[in-house]
This record gives sequence, C-alpha cells and structure tokens, in this order.
Amino acid sequence: MSKDLTIGEALRQRGVSRRGFLKFCAATASMMALPPGMAPVIAAALEKARRPSVIWLSFQECTGCTESLTRSHSPTVEGLIFDTISLDYHHTLQAAAGDAAEAARVAAMEENYGNYILVVDGSIPTGNPGFSTIAGISNLDMLRETAAGAAAIVSVGTCAAYGGIPHANPNPTGAASVSDLVSDKPIINVPGCPPIPVVITGVLAHYLTFGTIPELDDLGRPRAHYGQSIHDRCYRRPFYDKGLFAETFDDEGAKKGWCLYKLGCKGPTTYNACATTKWNEGTSFPIESGHPCLGCSEPDFWDGGGFYKALSTPTADITRTAVYAVGAGAAAGIALGAMNRTKQKRMAKEHEKVTIDDLEKGD
Amino acid sequence: MSEIELFNWIRGPALQIATLIFVVGVVVRILEVLVLGRKQDLSEARGSGVAGGLRTIISRMFPDRGTLQRSTFNVIAGYVFHVGFLVTLLFYTPHILLFRDSLGVSWPALPTPVIDATAVVTLIALIAVLVHRIQHKVMRFLSGFQDYLVWLVTFLPLLTGYFAFHRVVLDPQAMIAVHILSVELFMVVFPFTKLMHTFTLFMARYYNGHIAGRRGVKT
Amino acid sequence: MSASLEKGIHALKEQINAPVASFFSSCVRCGLCAEACLFFTETGNPKYTPIHKLEPMRRVWQQEYTFWGRFAKALGLSKPVTDKELGDWETLVYDSCTLCGRCSMVCPVGNDITYMIRKMREGMAASGHAPEGLVGATKLAVTVGSPMGVKLPALQAQIRQVEAETGLKVPVNVEGADYMLLLSSMEIMNFPEFIGAVAKILDKAKVSWTISSEAFEATNSGIQIGVSEIAAELVQRIVDAADKLKVKNVISPECGHAYMAIRWEGPNLVGKPFSFRVVHVLELLDELRADGRLKLSSKETQRLTYHDPCQVSRRGGVVDQPRRLMDMVAENFDEMPESGTMNWCCGAGGGVSSNERADDLRLQVFKRKKAQLEAVKPDALVSACSNCRIHLEDGLEKYGMDIPVLSLTETIAEHLADE
Repeated sequence: MSKDLTIGEALRQRGVSRRGFLKFCAATASMMALPPGMAPVIAAALEKARRPSVIWLSFQECTGCTESLTRSHSPTVEGLIFDTISLDYHHTLQAAAGDAAEAARVAAMEENYGNYILVVDGSIPTGNPGFSTIAGISNLDMLRETAAGAAAIVSVGTCAAYGGIPHANPNPTGAASVSDLVSDKPIINVPGCPPIPVVITGVLAHYLTFGTIPELDDLGRPRAHYGQSIHDRCYRRPFYDKGLFAETFDDEGAKKGWCLYKLGCKGPTTYNACATTKWNEGTSFPIESGHPCLGCSEPDFWDGGGFYKALSTPTADITRTAVYAVGAGAAAGIALGAMNRTKQKRMAKEHEKVTIDDLEKGD
Repeated sequence: MSEIELFNWIRGPALQIATLIFVVGVVVRILEVLVLGRKQDLSEARGSGVAGGLRTIISRMFPDRGTLQRSTFNVIAGYVFHVGFLVTLLFYTPHILLFRDSLGVSWPALPTPVIDATAVVTLIALIAVLVHRIQHKVMRFLSGFQDYLVWLVTFLPLLTGYFAFHRVVLDPQAMIAVHILSVELFMVVFPFTKLMHTFTLFMARYYNGHIAGRRGVKT
Repeated sequence: MSASLEKGIHALKEQINAPVASFFSSCVRCGLCAEACLFFTETGNPKYTPIHKLEPMRRVWQQEYTFWGRFAKALGLSKPVTDKELGDWETLVYDSCTLCGRCSMVCPVGNDITYMIRKMREGMAASGHAPEGLVGATKLAVTVGSPMGVKLPALQAQIRQVEAETGLKVPVNVEGADYMLLLSSMEIMNFPEFIGAVAKILDKAKVSWTISSEAFEATNSGIQIGVSEIAAELVQRIVDAADKLKVKNVISPECGHAYMAIRWEGPNLVGKPFSFRVVHVLELLDELRADGRLKLSSKETQRLTYHDPCQVSRRGGVVDQPRRLMDMVAENFDEMPESGTMNWCCGAGGGVSSNERADDLRLQVFKRKKAQLEAVKPDALVSACSNCRIHLEDGLEKYGMDIPVLSLTETIAEHLADE
C-alpha cells in the first residue's frame, strides 16, 4: 500500500463504506467526549490525513499488548484504521528480520524525522543494559534514539506507561517507564495490562484530527478513556451501595452477582474504560465474569498488597503488632502504675501531720 | 518513594507504628490509673457500690433533664458527632473489612448512602461543636491547645474519608492514603490526650457510681 | 512546722488515687458541669466552672502520675504548680464550692468533681491557703470542741431550757443507751427546739437515748477545711464517747455535713469501721414511722416544699426518708422543679458559711434557690440542716421573700400524737 494514500483513500480501497467510516467517526467523537457535531470534523480531517508513520518498540514486555491491540479487534473498523497507519517497525508484525528490520526502523526515522509516532510497549531496564537488547542495542539507547525524532510517544500498556510488572518490587532490572526516561516529547499513556484496543485508535484519531494530543489526566492518560473509575460505572455498583457483597468466589453472593469489593476488587481506585467499552468486541469485562478488578491500569498495581485483599485492609500484620503492643503496654503500664502507687504510698508515709498551728504560712 | 510505596507504607509499617503507639499508650494509661488503686471504704455501706458503679456506666449516657434543658445544643451536638463518628467508623464496609482482617471479627455493614449521609451530618456536627467551643464562654475559657488539636485529629479522618469516598480532591488512592494517615495521626495522638476518655470514662463512671451506690444514691 | 507549698503539693500527691486519675483522664472540657453549679449559673463567670477549680491538682496529677507528664517534667517542659497559683485558687476551692455534688451528677464522663474538691482542699490547707474564717472555726473545733466555740455549759443551759419547756428529761451520759445523739453548734445555739423535738419524738417512741457531755458536737471543720488528721481527731472524740457509753447507734443531727463527716468519712478518717451504727435523724424517724412507733395526730395544712441538704440527700443517700416523712406530716407537699438528688444547693454548705469573705457571693447565688421557690410558691419551706436553714433565712430576707423555714424533725414533733 502506498504510503502516500490518505486514510480515507486507504479505507475505501479496503471496501469500508463512507457510511461505515462516518459511524466510526461519530463513535470516536463520543468516546473522546467531544460533542456530536465534531464527528464530521473528525471525518474530514481523517479523510485528508496522510497515514502517519508509526514505529513500534517492544522492550521488557510480554506481547500481550500487541495481542490485544491487533488480533482481538482485527475485523473491526478500528482494526482497519490500525492497518491504515504505516507501521514501519514492529517486531511481532513485520515481515523483515535481523538487519533488514533495523534498517526499516532507521529508514522510517530518517524519512519522517520529527513527524512519526513512536509507540512503546514494555518497560526499559535501567540496570544492566544487557537485560534487554535488540540487535545489540540496549533498550534505553534505542528508546532515546527513536524518541528523538518522534512527534509524540504513545506508551502502550502499563509496563511502558508506569513500569508495570517488570517494575514490581523488587524491580530486579531497574525497569522504568517511558516517561521516566523521556521528558522532551509529548507522551500519551495508554495503560492497562493489556490496554483496551479502541483506546489507541481513539488516541491516534484524535492526533490525526487535531494534530494535538488529547487531554490527559495527571497520570498522562487520555481523560476521554480514563476519566471514570471502574467502580463508578460498574453494573454491580448498586450492590456495593446496598452492602451486598460476595464473600467468596462460590457463595450465594457471587452467584447472584453481588459486589466483589470484599474479594479485593480495585474498581474504586482504578480508572479505565473497561466497564463501558468492555472487551472482546464489547462482550464483557472482568467483573462481569465474576473476577474483581486488578487495577491493571494504575501504576504499581502489582504491589498493592494482593489482588484478593480488600483495598481498605492493611498490608502489614496489624494483629500481631497489636498483640505485642498489648503485652508491652501491660508490662509498661504495670511498671509505671507500680511506680505511681509507690510514690503515692510514700507520700502518705512521709506525710507531715497538719495541726491547727500549721494552717497559716510561716514567715 | 513512589506513590504506591507511600500508600503501602501508610497502610503497612505506618499503621503498625500507629497501632503500636495507640495500643501501648492506651494500655499504659489504663493501667496507670487502675494500679494506682484506692483505699478500701470503711464506712458501712447502705447500698451496693458495684451495682451503683455498673448502673452509672449506663445511666451517664443519658443527661438529666436540667442539663438537657440548659445545655441542649451541647448535648445534642455531642450526641450526634459521637454516634455519627462511631457509625461511620464501625458500619462502613471497608472499615469492617479492616476489622475483620486485623481482629478477626466482622459484622453487617450499613448501606453506603447511609454512611455517606451520616458522615455529612457528623462533619456538620463537628464544625458546630467547634464553633460552639469558640463562642461559648465556658468552653472557650476551659479550652487549650489540646482541645483544638483533638478536634482537628477527630475531624480529619472524617473529612478525608468523605473525600476518599467521593473520590474528590486527590486521586482515589492518594486520598485513601491521606485518610489512613489521618487515622494514624488520631491513633498516635490518642493516648496522650483527652481522647483517652473513650476508655477511662468507664472507670470514671464506675468510681462515681460506686461512691454514690454505697451511700444509696442513684447517679 | 508551718504551711508551705511543698506540703501542699505533697498532700495533693498523696490524695491522688485511681478515681482521681480516671476523672482527670476522662474530662473532655465540655463545660456541662458549669451549668450544674449555682456559682456559675448565678454569676455567669466561667472561672466558677467546677472542673476549673481543680486545675492545679490536675497538673500535679499530670506531672506526677502520667507517663507522658513525667517525661515532660523530666525534660523540664512542664510548669510546676506555684504557691501563687494555689493562692489564686483559694477562693475557687473554698468560697465558690459548697461541695454540693451537683456537678458530679451531671458530668457525662462520670467525674465525681466534688470528691476531688474535697481532696484538693487537703493540698490547699497544707499550703496555707485555707480561708481565715475556716481556719478560725477549725482552731475552735479542736481547742474548744465546737467551731462556734460552744462549750458544755452552753449546752447544759439549753438542755435545762428544753427540759423546762417539754417537761421531759434529756438524758446525758447514760451508759448503755441505744442511741447517742449528736448536735451541731448551730442547733445548740440557734435552734435548741431541735433538742426538744428529738426528746419528744424519742420519748413517745420509747427509744433509749443519751447525749454525751464529752462529744456532742457533730460538725467537723477538719473536713470542710480539708485536713484529714484534724477531721480524724474530731471524729475520734465521738468514737471514744460512743465506746465509753457503749451505745449501739449514733444519731447524726439534721446538719448535712455533720452527717457526711460521721456517717461516710468518719470510719475512713479514724482508719477502722465503727463499733456502732450511724443514723441520720431523719433515717431514724423513718424507721420509727415504719415500725409504727411514730404517730402523728394532725398534719400541716399549709403548702410545703422540702429543700434537700446536699450532704444529706445527694451526697448522703437520705433521699426517700424525708419524702415519706413529708407525706406523713404535710397535706400539701410539693416538690421543687429539681429536687432530691438533683436539688440545688442553698449556697452556704461545705464551709462557705464559716467563711465571711464569701458572704456576698453566697447571697448572690441564692438566686437559684429563689427561682426554685418561686416556681412552687410554698407557704413554708422545710429542710433538715441547720446550716441550710440559717442561710435560707438569710437569703429569703435579702430577696424580700416571706417564707418561713422549718425543720422537718421539729415539724414532726409538733404533730406528735398524744397517746
């Protein structure tokens, strides 16, 4: 496919109708919390936009993000949009290998310097560079080199966005997020383990439409997709409010679909579009299948004290502390009390008799 | 320290430290009082001191009519914030989970909208008692730094809890962290201040009722 | 030896025990005790808040008997109680507290504030901050045997008078009598009718009784001023006399604080239980009534109300007895709005009446009693404490109220059946 085609042309070549395209634009507008009137604007912009060159770098990752972003949505319009970008470098998807692959990356960089979009999945080891290398280049060097010419960076997945699982305590590789290492480029975090595919197309659509990156929250996530907590949009929320909870995974409450808070659901502190956009072509999301939210789109979700531990419970053994404290307190209290008592008794013993002649102060 | 590390520290080691100070402090303070002891009363009892003591523990929960009439606001606002504080502390699901996790006992929760409303009422009552403390000539006269400190450390857990519940001001995890931190502050301040009345009032009422009960006086 | 700050602090340290520690630990500075204290309600001055009257003692407790207080003291962070402070507190502890115990009834955390004031006076007296009037009364009590300086010949004269009026023999120093009657100096000097009333009632009820010439004074200045060893000495005189006469019971006169002294503090002051029983005269009268040995031929027809002497009812437990007796003797008995254990003090108990410096204040706070009386508008006011009666009469006169003040015992004696 020629790189010079616009997105509109590319889509039509692939048999997407004008009507289908507009529908996608309307959905994109609504997803990005734009007024419905913006749909034609998006359509017009996308029609004319040249397919951007995208360089995709995979570092310390599991390829789950790629799986999510490519395969699971492949037959959809979003998938086609994805196809229409000029994906010039991607380990898993590109045909080239070895030197040819690296040459493609260098070529794409040179050709589109300053304009290409850099997508990163996986965290970057900052310890020994040998922990993860590609074609003999350390992840850190490759990121710096590629980031230098990028128009914007999209950190796909929690690893790239916040360090993710490699960053989990004790973080043996010194894993860092993209934003930890690059500070002079606009970075859009699309966290999740994996993230919802539609989000990245939405982000790309926004970028192509407006030429800017979407509004981000303080964790660098597009507000349009990460603006609401799972808890607030959860269909099980009424059970939470009524105080109806599943206590175990197989009790009556679980069967009746009650709230999973007590089973460790991180919905209240997790911001993502799972509860509204859902997964697998809008089929469901984890809570719908009876599992608490792990909070995978939040930084350090792996270190939050256990997936099945309720948010409000302590991460330390408070019971043992309390038991020791009672023991220590009792010992100290009896000792101090005994000192008090001794003092008081001594006072009584040393009492100097007060007679009627002692009622006035001496001179 | 990353945010999650701070959060985990707050609900881990910091909570342990706070628990340690709280429990050791409270136990010490209670024993300091009890071990001090008192002399046996040699007068011939008219009534049962023990019965009087136990009776007063309960009866002092209710004000006499004159006090209710003369100090209506003080009594009502005091009731509201005490009951509200305890209800939000003891009947909110996440709190019950904390108790279940650390004490091994749990009990049914109240619906969250009830807790939400209770928290608002309690916050208002706490503000009202503060204003009252500042305006009422007796309370202002009696109040010192400690009284305002204790008010603050009681107010903060409710306020931060309310914010965390509604996920406002800070991001939810940070707000929960601040909330837990405020509770830890409450726990640390507790044994050194008049917050001790939570425990010692039972002793005080018992002694008062015991003294009166022996004399055949119902207090 | 003379009084000093050191002795005062020493005494306070000695007085602090588990109840005091629990009370100070529990106070939340809610100020409810102020509204229970007539010295606050009638003056509006917050310094009269009961718990505030204990502030120096609270600091001694904190610095000596709490771990963080001792810690702060070791670091030199706490301010020791000074002689000047104790001096400043003198009027609060003596002039504006009648030990009436009303604050102890309303404290929501259950503090017995009165119990602590009583203890604090030990420190005040030992540090030389007792009021002159009380010091004088105490000296008289110890040296002469009566805070008012009443000597045996004065009592003997009153007895002769009573005997002449009633035609009854007032038994003195009768060994083996069942009951030994104590009197307060005020009764001897101001209300000798009381002796006659008791004589008539006990004669009718065929009770064997006596008065000791060696210990007839029931009041105890040592308690009011707060010197336990003086109080003990005064109690011991009664114990010795009772033992000498081998009586089974000692009758406390109406006087409230005399009852407190001999009934509740007495055994603790002398350090051992009594070999005799102590009854308040109203308690005895009620027992006689229950036994059918107290019969009346007529009733008071005027509208009466009953003023509870604090030490008799709230602090003493004689609450129902006077009400049963009132019902017996009065056709028209109405309670004041807050009565019994919640009664308002007349304003002169706890040594306030012996302290001339407090005269204006006690009359000022009498307004509380005045308001209570205005709510009932009785034809006469009955009470059971000579000290209350004197002050009630004073107060009524000051506020231009024409309500006679009666003694319950005397009122009953007036209506005794003849047979």
